[in-house]
Amino acid sequence: MLSFILRRVVIAIPTIILISIFVFTLQKLLPGDPVLAMAGEERDPQVLEFLREKYRLNDPIPVQYFTWIGNALRGDLGISLRTNQPVLELIAQKLPVTIQLAAMAMIFALLIGIPAGIFSAVKKGTIVDYIANVVALSGLSIPNFWLGIMLILLVSVKWKLLPASGYVPLSEDPVRSITVMIMPAFVLGTALAATLMRHTRSAMLGVLNSDYVRTARAKGLVERRVILKHAFRNALTPIVTLTALLFGELIAGAVLTEQIFTIPGFGKLVVDAVFNRDYAVVQGIVLVTAVGFIFMNLLADVAYVLLNPRLRKQ
Amino acid sequence: MKLTKLTLAAALLGATTLGAQAADLRIALQSDADVLDPDQSRTFVGRIVYTALCDKLVDITPDLEIIPQLATEWSFSEDGKQLTLKLRDDVVFHDGTPFDAAAVAANIDRSQNLQESRRKSELSSVTGVEVLGSHVVRLDLTSPDATLMAQLADRAGMMVSPTAATQAGADFGLNPICSGPYKFKERVAQDRIVLEKFEDYYNADDFHFDTVSYLPIPDTTVRLANLQSGDIDMLERLAATDLAQAESDAGIQVASAVSLGYQGITINVANGDKADNPWGKDKRLRQALSLSLDREAINQVVFNGAFAAGNQPFPPTSPWYSKDFPVPARDVEQAKALLAEAGFPDGIDLEVQVPNTTIPLQLMQVVQSMASEAGIRISLVSKEFATLLSDQTAGDYTASQIGWSGRVDPDGNIHQFMTTDAGLNDSKYSNAKVDALLNTARTSNDQQVRKESYNAARAILNDEAPIVYLYHQTWIWALDSAISGFTPYPDGMIRLKGMKKEDG
Repeated sequence: MLSFILRRVVIAIPTIILISIFVFTLQKLLPGDPVLAMAGEERDPQVLEFLREKYRLNDPIPVQYFTWIGNALRGDLGISLRTNQPVLELIAQKLPVTIQLAAMAMIFALLIGIPAGIFSAVKKGTIVDYIANVVALSGLSIPNFWLGIMLILLVSVKWKLLPASGYVPLSEDPVRSITVMIMPAFVLGTALAATLMRHTRSAMLGVLNSDYVRTARAKGLVERRVILKHAFRNALTPIVTLTALLFGELIAGAVLTEQIFTIPGFGKLVVDAVFNRDYAVVQGIVLVTAVGFIFMNLLADVAYVLLNPRLRKQ
Repeated sequence: MKLTKLTLAAALLGATTLGAQAADLRIALQSDADVLDPDQSRTFVGRIVYTALCDKLVDITPDLEIIPQLATEWSFSEDGKQLTLKLRDDVVFHDGTPFDAAAVAANIDRSQNLQESRRKSELSSVTGVEVLGSHVVRLDLTSPDATLMAQLADRAGMMVSPTAATQAGADFGLNPICSGPYKFKERVAQDRIVLEKFEDYYNADDFHFDTVSYLPIPDTTVRLANLQSGDIDMLERLAATDLAQAESDAGIQVASAVSLGYQGITINVANGDKADNPWGKDKRLRQALSLSLDREAINQVVFNGAFAAGNQPFPPTSPWYSKDFPVPARDVEQAKALLAEAGFPDGIDLEVQVPNTTIPLQLMQVVQSMASEAGIRISLVSKEFATLLSDQTAGDYTASQIGWSGRVDPDGNIHQFMTTDAGLNDSKYSNAKVDALLNTARTSNDQQVRKESYNAARAILNDEAPIVYLYHQTWIWALDSAISGFTPYPDGMIRLKGMKKEDG
C-alpha cells in the first residue's frame, strides 16, 4: 500500500512542474501590462519602470520562471503586486474558506445525489425515477449565479432566515460560520448532486442486473440489504472517482458562488488576480490548486483499493 | 429593595455598554482596495478607507471649498511661490508619535522620494520644505501652483507616522499608521478592512462607531440585497437601475451627488500609426459623432436619468463648466452634413474599444444606434479593462470608451489629458494654444484668470473634439434608515464625522 502511494506521489511531481510551466507561460501571453493595470489612473512612467524592475518583469520569461519556481521551492511564493501582501499569507487566509465551502457543498451533493440515484435506479421507470431526473436536470441547468441571487432575495431579504454575507472563520464562531455557508454550499452542491445522481443511477442499474445480485436475492436476503450491501458497494468505485474529479469542478464553481455570497475564498482571489494581472497570486493559487487536485485523486486511488479487495493483489 | 435597584441599574448599564460595543458600521464597497499606503495607493475605494484612517492637511466642503483639517490656516506669499501652513498642536499618530512640522516635512519628502510613490507628479511644484516652528511649516514652490491645495486635500496631503514609515519602508501599507479618527485593525484581502476608533483623536467625540468595516461586494444587486437583509449598514455606488427598488424600501434611504469625473470617447488623433485615418485627421467627423448623440436620452436609457448628461470635462453643475458650450441638442442633419463635407456622404465606419462590462457595453450600444442614424457605423470591440488600457496607451486604437474619476481642482480633469505629451494624453492631442491656456490656469491663483483660461481652452477643444464627452456619473449611496448624519460629497468619499446609527 505504501509503495503504491509513493509511486503515485512520484508520478505527480512532473505533472505539477508541467502545470506550473504551462500556467506561467499562458499568463505571460495575456495582453495587458501588469504594472499598467495596477497603475490605474496614475501612470508615472518612472514609477512604472521602477516597479517592472522591482518585480523583475523585464527579465526574459524563462529567467522569471526559474526565479519564481526557485523561490516557491523555498516556500516563498512572492508578494501580491496589488496589495503587497505575501501570496502565501493570502493563500493561507483563503484556503480554509474554500475547503470549508467545498466540503459543505460536497456534503449537500452526496446527501442529495446518492440517495436520489439509488432510488431512481431501484424504482426505474416509475414516477420516483422521473421526479429524481427532473430535479437532477434542473440542478444542472439552473445557473449558480441565478440560484444564488434568488436564494439571497428570498431567504435573506424576504424571510430573513439566513445571512446574505459576512463570513467568519470556523475557529472564530462555528455556528455563524456554518450558517453563512449553508446557502452557498447548497447552490454549489446542487449542480454536483445532479451529476452524482446520474452516475449513481447508471452504476446501480449496471450492478442491479448482475448475477451476484440475483444470487443474493435468490438467497432470500432482504431487499434493503441486497441494494445497500451488495449492489451499492460495487457501484461505489466509479462514484468515488467522480467525487474526486468533481472537487476540481467545485473549485471552479466556487469562483462564481464566492462572488455572489461574498465569501473570501480562492475563487474571489483568483478572479481579481487575473483581472489585475497580479501574476504572483495567480501562479500561487494554481500551484496550490493543482497540488490539491492531485492529492484528491490520490485519495480516490487509495479508496478504490480499500473498496475493492481485488485491486490490492495487483 | 436597594439591592434590586442597584442590580437593575447595573443591568441597564450593562445593556447600554453592550449596545455601545456593538457599534460597528459596515460599509460595502464596489471593489477591494489596493495597498493601504497613501503614497502608493491608486484606487478610489482605497481613498474611501483613508477618509477614516488618514487625516489630511486640508479637506473640502461639499461645494469643493478648501477647509482646515490638520492645518488650521494657510497663506500664499505675494509671488505665490511660498505656502505657509499652521498646524494643529493636539494631534498624535496612531502609534503615539506627535504630529508636528517635522512630520509634515518627512511626509512631503516621502511622497516625493519613495521610489514606489504615486504622488510625485501631484507635488512636482514643491522644491523644498522649511520647518519654521514646531507647528509651522513652509512649502517652497517652483512657480505658483493653483492645484496644490486640492492635492493637499487628497492623498498627497495625508500624513502618515514618520516613525512607522521609516521602519516599514515600502511595506507600510501592510500596517498603515496615520492620524485619522480610526486606526487600522485588520485586513483580510477581498473580505474586509476593519478600523477601530482611535481614542486619542482630537475630535473623537464626533465619531460614534467603535469599529468600521469595509467589505468589498462587487455585484451591485448583491450589495443591495445585503443592505436589505441588514447584513450591512450602507453601500456605495448603487446601480442607477436599482434606484427605484431601493427608494421603494422603507428601511433604506438614498443619497447622491454628481461626481467630479466624466465618461466619454477618446479618439486617437496622433498616437502612432492608428491615428492615421479620417477620424484622427478630420475634426468634422468627431464633431459629427458628437452631434449625432442625444446625451439626455443616453442618460435616461442607460442610467434611468440618475446621472448627468455632459459635454465637458467638468459637470454642468461645476463652477468651471463653460456656459458658452451647453450640452448640445442632437442634430442628425447637421452631423450628416459634416460627414458629407468631410467627403463621406455615404457614411463612415468607426471602431470603438470598450470595457467588457455591462454598463460601458450598454452605453456604447445606445451610442452605436444613435450614431448609425447619422451614417456613422460603429463597431464595438469589447476588451477586458487591463488590455484596453494597454492598447490605449500604446496607441493601438481608433477610439476608446473611457473615463476619469475626477479631481477636486479642475486642472486634474483636463491638463494631463489635453496638453502636449502629458501623462494621460493617450490621444496625443497637441495644440500650443491649449498648452499655454491650461498652463496659465494651473499657475494662477486668481480664480478669474483661471476661469477665463479654461473657457478659452474649451472653445478650442470643443471644436477639435479629441474627447467626445458623454456623461457624468452620480455617486449614489444607499443607507439603512437608522443611519443619520451622512453628507454626500462630489468626491464620492464617506466622511464618518457625525454619522450615527439609532437603535432599533
